[in-house]
Amino acid sequence: MSSWRSSQGLASQRPAPPVPGSASYRGLPPVRLGGSTARRGGFGSGPEFRRGRRGRVRQLLGQIFGPGSPLRHLNWVLLAAVLALCTLGTLLVWSATATNGLNTSDPYLTKSILNIAIGLVLMVGVSMLDYRQLRQYAPIVLAASCLGLIVVLLPLGSLTAPVNGSKSWISLGAGFQIEPSEYAKLSIILVGAMILGDLPRRERRPKVRALAIMLAICVVPLLLVLAEPDLGVVIVMLALMIGMIALSGIRLRWLIALLAGGAAGATGALQLHLLKAYQLGRLTSFLHPSADPSGTGYSAHQSEIAIGSGGLTGEGLFHGQLVAGGFVPEQHTDFIFAVAGEEIGFIGCLVIIALLAIVLLCAIRIAARADDQFGTLVAGGIVAWFAVQAFINIGMTIGIMPVTGVPLPFVSYGGSAIFADMIAIGALQAVHRHRSVFA
Amino acid sequence: MIPASKRRLVSIALIVVGLLAVLGVRLYDLQIGSHAKYLTLASQDQVRDIVTPSVRGQILDDTGQVMVGHQSSLVVAVNMATLGQQADGGKAELARLARLLNISDKTLTESVRICTAGVQQPCWQGSPYQPIPVAQNVSQQVALQLMEDKSAFPGVSADIQPVTEYNQPLATAAAGLVGYLQPITPQELAALHQPVTGFTGEDLVGQAGLEGQYDSALRGTTGINEVATNAAGQVTSTIKDVKPVAGDNLVTSINGPLQIATENILANSVQAAHAANPGATSGAAVVMTTTGRIVAMASYPTYNPSVWTNGLSETEFKRLFGTRDGEPILERGTQGEYPPGSTFKVTTLTAGVKSGDSLNGSYDCPASTRVGGHTFMNDSGNQGQMSLHQALVVSCDTVFYNMGYRIWQHDNPKANTVTSPKAPVQFEQKVELQWGFGKGTGVDLPQESGGTIPTREWLYYYWKDNAHTGQNWCKYGRQNGSYIQQIEWDDCRYGNIWLPGQAIIASIGQGYVAVTPLQLADAYAALANGGTLYSPRIGQELVSPSGKVVQKITPPVMGHLPASKGTLAYIRSALQGVITSGTAAGTFRGFPLHQVCVAGKTGTAQVFGKNSTSVFASFAPCNNPKYVVVMMIPDSGFGADVSGPGVRQIWDAIYGLQGKKAALPGGKLPATPHITGAGTVVQTTPTVSASPSSTPTAGALPFVQLPADTAAGGKSDSGKPWGRAG
Repeated sequence: MSSWRSSQGLASQRPAPPVPGSASYRGLPPVRLGGSTARRGGFGSGPEFRRGRRGRVRQLLGQIFGPGSPLRHLNWVLLAAVLALCTLGTLLVWSATATNGLNTSDPYLTKSILNIAIGLVLMVGVSMLDYRQLRQYAPIVLAASCLGLIVVLLPLGSLTAPVNGSKSWISLGAGFQIEPSEYAKLSIILVGAMILGDLPRRERRPKVRALAIMLAICVVPLLLVLAEPDLGVVIVMLALMIGMIALSGIRLRWLIALLAGGAAGATGALQLHLLKAYQLGRLTSFLHPSADPSGTGYSAHQSEIAIGSGGLTGEGLFHGQLVAGGFVPEQHTDFIFAVAGEEIGFIGCLVIIALLAIVLLCAIRIAARADDQFGTLVAGGIVAWFAVQAFINIGMTIGIMPVTGVPLPFVSYGGSAIFADMIAIGALQAVHRHRSVFA
Repeated sequence: MIPASKRRLVSIALIVVGLLAVLGVRLYDLQIGSHAKYLTLASQDQVRDIVTPSVRGQILDDTGQVMVGHQSSLVVAVNMATLGQQADGGKAELARLARLLNISDKTLTESVRICTAGVQQPCWQGSPYQPIPVAQNVSQQVALQLMEDKSAFPGVSADIQPVTEYNQPLATAAAGLVGYLQPITPQELAALHQPVTGFTGEDLVGQAGLEGQYDSALRGTTGINEVATNAAGQVTSTIKDVKPVAGDNLVTSINGPLQIATENILANSVQAAHAANPGATSGAAVVMTTTGRIVAMASYPTYNPSVWTNGLSETEFKRLFGTRDGEPILERGTQGEYPPGSTFKVTTLTAGVKSGDSLNGSYDCPASTRVGGHTFMNDSGNQGQMSLHQALVVSCDTVFYNMGYRIWQHDNPKANTVTSPKAPVQFEQKVELQWGFGKGTGVDLPQESGGTIPTREWLYYYWKDNAHTGQNWCKYGRQNGSYIQQIEWDDCRYGNIWLPGQAIIASIGQGYVAVTPLQLADAYAALANGGTLYSPRIGQELVSPSGKVVQKITPPVMGHLPASKGTLAYIRSALQGVITSGTAAGTFRGFPLHQVCVAGKTGTAQVFGKNSTSVFASFAPCNNPKYVVVMMIPDSGFGADVSGPGVRQIWDAIYGLQGKKAALPGGKLPATPHITGAGTVVQTTPTVSASPSSTPTAGALPFVQLPADTAAGGKSDSGKPWGRAG
């Protein structure tokens, strides 16, 4: 690195480039920073909108693309990576569900595109919020998702019929479902960031009291998800909580104590047989994939075969033989990565991982430059969420993680998951927009 | 951002990058490192082989009568290993199946229970892991019902399976010739490169007899329908479709009625001898043309080959392979080794003539000959001077003792004592080998014994194997002990030397000499046809199911007898005299020789501790011999008393003499039959296993495992415990 710097001696003689994050770099006066959301977002109905139709369109376009437009302040790299993942995901879902030849009227294709469109709207909407307002919404989001989780558990007949042994969905009819646990992850991030990021004056790190409050609150959605039961979501929730607690700057000894307590709790859960036999089987079967290839290890085994048979370049999108034969269960949702492995091969898989890396590194950068501790924790929580969920998901398809039902962010088919992911990206964009100039 | 958070964020970034790197490394391992392995697994996942067994070719006699037929039939089988896992042990399912098959619940239950200590027949004697056939020739409708309602009948299969049908009593009379089918061994499977049909988890392959010899032609080509399937087991496309090709039919030269008659006559002869000498329990008879075609070959005791169907029970195994019942599994025509006795004198005569003895000379036939300190007796006392013709007619031993001794003296004396595996073959043994003895005839049966001609090489190994190991002569031999101990003491010291005493008893077909009935018949066929030694054949032609002759089988010429036409004619005329005025005159008293002129030779080979081996070798008609009939019955008595009458009855059966029905009227072989068609093929839609993890396996091995060498050539039925004449 030092040699690189020294060889660039001339660079120092040039006019200094705008420092990223500075006002001149963003091309807007600092005074606009943190301005009224209502005005900027165009949600309001100020007198300036009461003009001719043409003028209104121009005004709107100006608002969207003009120098003060929030679109201009989006993290475009992040957005591009997300859109690339969504596009790839849509193609893979299309391939995975095209059992009788490719068909543009494939309902999964249509719904997948619709999901992404709705997700993008949600993302843009959230990104236009002043992220500090998210703090105010946090309790509402938490309450709403907890309510959803309770509804899911209620015996409401076809409305909450269990799927694969888990009561995770509220069926709205016409094929539309809500999966409250996806939003519960968001609510934990927001509430956790709210509590842990609210540092008392002159304090450099949160107190144990804050930690205790955070745990006490977050354990509610956690237990509700556990009751569904959706082990995968619980693991992701735990991981993102641990990530946020670590990031909050709490003393290391508390962090260690927490992890030790968690380990003891997990051991206790095993001892008391709190996990159902099939859950334990799913968690351990990946260690011995060939022991019972038609039982719990079947999905993982078939997925490994599909991915391994893809080789360097894969069999070509829409040309996977195992995909066409439907050998991997849930190949359009949880096992979408198996489709990628067989059809677009090692190179395609690396592209997906690289895109995920871009998303995660952008998010880490956003966390690092956030205006305040709340922003850092929201971004950090989202990093932990996506990282852990992607690792668990891809890991289970390649036989290094147990099979738990978590989707691959942006790629797997699923409305609620995509919406939640996009809202999270919107939150990241909102934090990004208000990043600290001085960070 | 607080400093603590900043540090932790760096850690989180590192963890994130680390996690993604782990995924990348593992992906590289899967997709690049183990790509080939997963490619194979993927193809196993998707590709199913639906194997349709081919209809096996039939084995027919010389008129086209079926000896062994193979029909494809829809067989319903029950896998009790699957049914047993059900809560009620499959009771309800069996009841449903019984209703569908229209048989009683009790019958079905009994046929699927496993035979164990306390269970009486009927029960399943095969492996409990093998699907148990419960109904054959079921209708397609029933089969389809079973296939379509798989969930109601787990573990029950309905599939085409070849069913072997034996034409009785011919198949039992020719059990040793037709052989049997047995589940393929993994080794054979690898050697054949044949797919496994997978129905009962076992594929049958000819293991002995003609079924074994002509297995590749009889089995045909198995049909493989290679299909791509999806995870549900539904066929999505056909990759390769090779239709099964039915096997060729084998037309043999065996004459069905004569085979049955020969077997019956042999059985009666053995049983009659058994009444007098309880040791007489087995024997063999061969009828062949002088051109090397086997027309009938009987072995006693025989067995019903259908015991092999559906696996051999332990009781049946013991009966077939045990000595208590005379080892019916042995085909004694080719696997029995017996001393030929005086029938062997024809070879000594040709050796004598070759070494200088004159056919016109006069030879002394004393009561005994003393050679090398031993006295060798003639069975019929001193008969004075005689021609070689007369020596054969009255079967004078001493003439041939002296001939053998002279030949021994002519041999290089050093060669008689050299102890080396590379020792030269001595003169008399060379002649005997040229008669086709001492090695297999090359008949088209997979297991054949070679008999014994005591060449110097053979003697070397025999002594090496038994002097200090094996029979351990040097340990048990006593100079002044019992007769056997004396022989052992002798053998220990001189067993590796070709002593004149051995040469002398070998010259009358005793001592170490042993031949198979087929070898003897083949030698006499050569004698009868003027000197051409054929490798005998049972198969006549292989005919494709469409009736096309795929292969004509003719007995190849193995060699020529070491004698001039004149010498052979001289011997033939002498053998004619044996019947009219010699040792077999009494046997053939009253035989219509004017209708069919039979010539032959008696043989009574003395075996220490047992009754003689009764041998009779004959051919007819005298002047233009067409057929050879040989019978050998060990531990029974004189050749003229036991085998002779049996052979006479076989001649009756061949030509239809003395009230018998002629098997070959006028001595003419029937014209080669025109054979078309194979067994009926019943076509049904094959099913595909729904479980993606199930691949066809080599299959359950039969309940009774055959020791590898039991049925092979290693076993012989030698009637001479010490290889000595008394």
